[in-house]
Amino acid sequence: MYISIKGTGLARSVPANVLALGLVSLVTDISSEMVTAVLPLYLVSALGLSLVQFGVLDGLYFGVTALVRLAGGHAADRLARRKLVAGVGYGLSAVCKLALLAAGGSVAALGAVMAADRTGKGLRTAPRDALITLSAPVDRLGGAFGVHRAMDTVGAFLGPLAAFGVLTVTAGAYDAVFVTSFCVAALGVLLLVLYVRDRRGPLPPGGRGPLRLGTLLRRAPFRRLCLVAAALGLVTVSDSFVYLMLQKRLALAPELFPLLPLGTAGAYLLLAVPFGRLADRYGRAAVFAAGHVALLAAYLLLMGPAWLVPVLALHGAFYAATDGVLMALAGPLLPEQSRTSGLALIQTGQATARMLSSMLFGALWTVLGATEGLAVMAAGLVLSLALAWRSLRAEGGAPMTAPSSRSR
Amino acid sequence: MKRVVVLLVAVVVLAGGAVAYATWAASRGAAPAAAAFDPGVPGRLLVRSAGRIAAVPLDDPGAAPTVSGTACDRFHSAGGTTLCLVTRPGTLPKTDALILDRSLRETRRIKLAGIPSRARVSQSGRMASWTVFVTGDSYSSGGFSTWTGILDTRTGYAVTNIEDIPLYLDGRRYHSPDVNYWGVTFAADDNRFYATVSTKGKTYLVEGDFGAWRARTLRENAECPSLSPDGRHLVFKKRVSPGPWRLHALDLKTMRETPLGESASVDDQAAWLDERSVMYAKDGDVWAAPLDGGPPRLLVRDASSPVAVR
Repeated sequence: MYISIKGTGLARSVPANVLALGLVSLVTDISSEMVTAVLPLYLVSALGLSLVQFGVLDGLYFGVTALVRLAGGHAADRLARRKLVAGVGYGLSAVCKLALLAAGGSVAALGAVMAADRTGKGLRTAPRDALITLSAPVDRLGGAFGVHRAMDTVGAFLGPLAAFGVLTVTAGAYDAVFVTSFCVAALGVLLLVLYVRDRRGPLPPGGRGPLRLGTLLRRAPFRRLCLVAAALGLVTVSDSFVYLMLQKRLALAPELFPLLPLGTAGAYLLLAVPFGRLADRYGRAAVFAAGHVALLAAYLLLMGPAWLVPVLALHGAFYAATDGVLMALAGPLLPEQSRTSGLALIQTGQATARMLSSMLFGALWTVLGATEGLAVMAAGLVLSLALAWRSLRAEGGAPMTAPSSRSR
Repeated sequence: MKRVVVLLVAVVVLAGGAVAYATWAASRGAAPAAAAFDPGVPGRLLVRSAGRIAAVPLDDPGAAPTVSGTACDRFHSAGGTTLCLVTRPGTLPKTDALILDRSLRETRRIKLAGIPSRARVSQSGRMASWTVFVTGDSYSSGGFSTWTGILDTRTGYAVTNIEDIPLYLDGRRYHSPDVNYWGVTFAADDNRFYATVSTKGKTYLVEGDFGAWRARTLRENAECPSLSPDGRHLVFKKRVSPGPWRLHALDLKTMRETPLGESASVDDQAAWLDERSVMYAKDGDVWAAPLDGGPPRLLVRDASSPVAVR
């Protein structure tokens, strides 16, 4: 409404608050991808550190992030202040960019900064997604998430460009990349403060606070969706394995390897909005399931002819049809006063399942070999998908499959 | 409209801050480069210092380094040939392997991806080998992978990824798509080499034959070998607990293995200081440790990629 593109077609179909959140994510992603792109080089080249020192801490970070995400979700619901909690998360990550400079070459300090940065990311995701669900009409949630995720991905494209632009003009000054990244992140926080509105309607009758997680999980539809997300997460092969298999199968030139993630991101960027809209029109469960069919097709292609463009397009289509759509599926199943904690729970469950999947596939790759390991994962995906479809169809009359009757 | 004003002011302040900092960072005085730098001058210890190839006297390694104008993220030099791995700024992180002559002029450039990890040139200066990390960026995140290449500078023949080399594991021909090689070191004949191969969660020391194009495993658990100038010893990092690694020396005649006196974990491919001791990077400094298990000593502060030129 009050964003300058008011009156355009985009603004009419997408609420201003969602666009504002998308802009915040875009800017923040530029900032964080700037650092992600140069951090390994910085650690190894500038500081002379061994990457293994950081790898060891990876599992630990993950646990911390998961806990903070759940706690943050609960706090956001309890105070009914999602914007505040998300803002703390964005702010923490922004400060971490400067803290990287202050940490110098100390492994302990660098580890702490990286953990804090991840904590910030964990803290902001659920309240941000909850705000999106509260800002768009229920029957247009898929499209709203599509727009948000597409904007987010634009940021992820621009980040590495910006980082190497800074490195080029400063003749390799990593500190200048961190300072620039901080300035960009600060702009993101400011955009959030200025343009994102929290939805602070009156608390539901009786002034009840958020439900406990156990109570949330006792609601059958939400519990089923959590289980579906986790079961599918368990058979989702991590991106780096997909790229590695492509490279091995096609014997790609080394210099082309870094381009592979861009292929996935490109497809994601192009398809996020149309798939979100399709989900609103024809049912989110169907699109969510179709996304996993695309993933299955990508696995089969990887085992077979490994065609580059189709594999990356299917991989991107998988993300476009599942990432935001899952949130659009979950949102309406959760009471407003528990929305952030519910979304945090499902995100954490999915992330945990994917981490386990990485370990599982790594072990399968080692023991059976890449193609055989992938065949096991594909079989698991078929099984999970069958279970998921039964489970999601059981929601016959739920809002996600009958959107037209629920429009506000 | 107050919001727009706040936003505009903030954009100006933040952009100004970033530009000012970057300008200052770009103009920061780098150490003056030596006018002419010959990496082949004997009696010096070459190291990477302040991001560039530099040299200190072998008999006084604590002296202020003479810095060249050539930036490398990792390098090695022998027999007048310098292999310099350098990351290339661009929209995507890339690494190039450069072959430099005695005036550090580029004679060959091989485009790679990933993060520089190891570099080695044979004693004669003919063979060069490099290892880059291509994915995962770490040993633990899913799908860590390396690419190791070998270049014969005399014929110009280059293999950008040696993982297709026929491998014999414990005497039998071995096939697996998950083999990964890293850390090559060459013998004096410019044909035989040692390296690490990893497959199915284990690492092995391999001996390779570049001309015959085959490799065989010698023993388990040895990474980043470095062959002594007399060809009698290998020093490598071995996974131990607590670790992750400890440098060990292997006598190639008796095949007896002994730990070095360096008790800290070292993640580097060692380089030989003389026939009796090796150098390696630890905590951002270059250290040396003797083969006999004696205590390590600090050689050069704030440096890496050591190469002794004799």
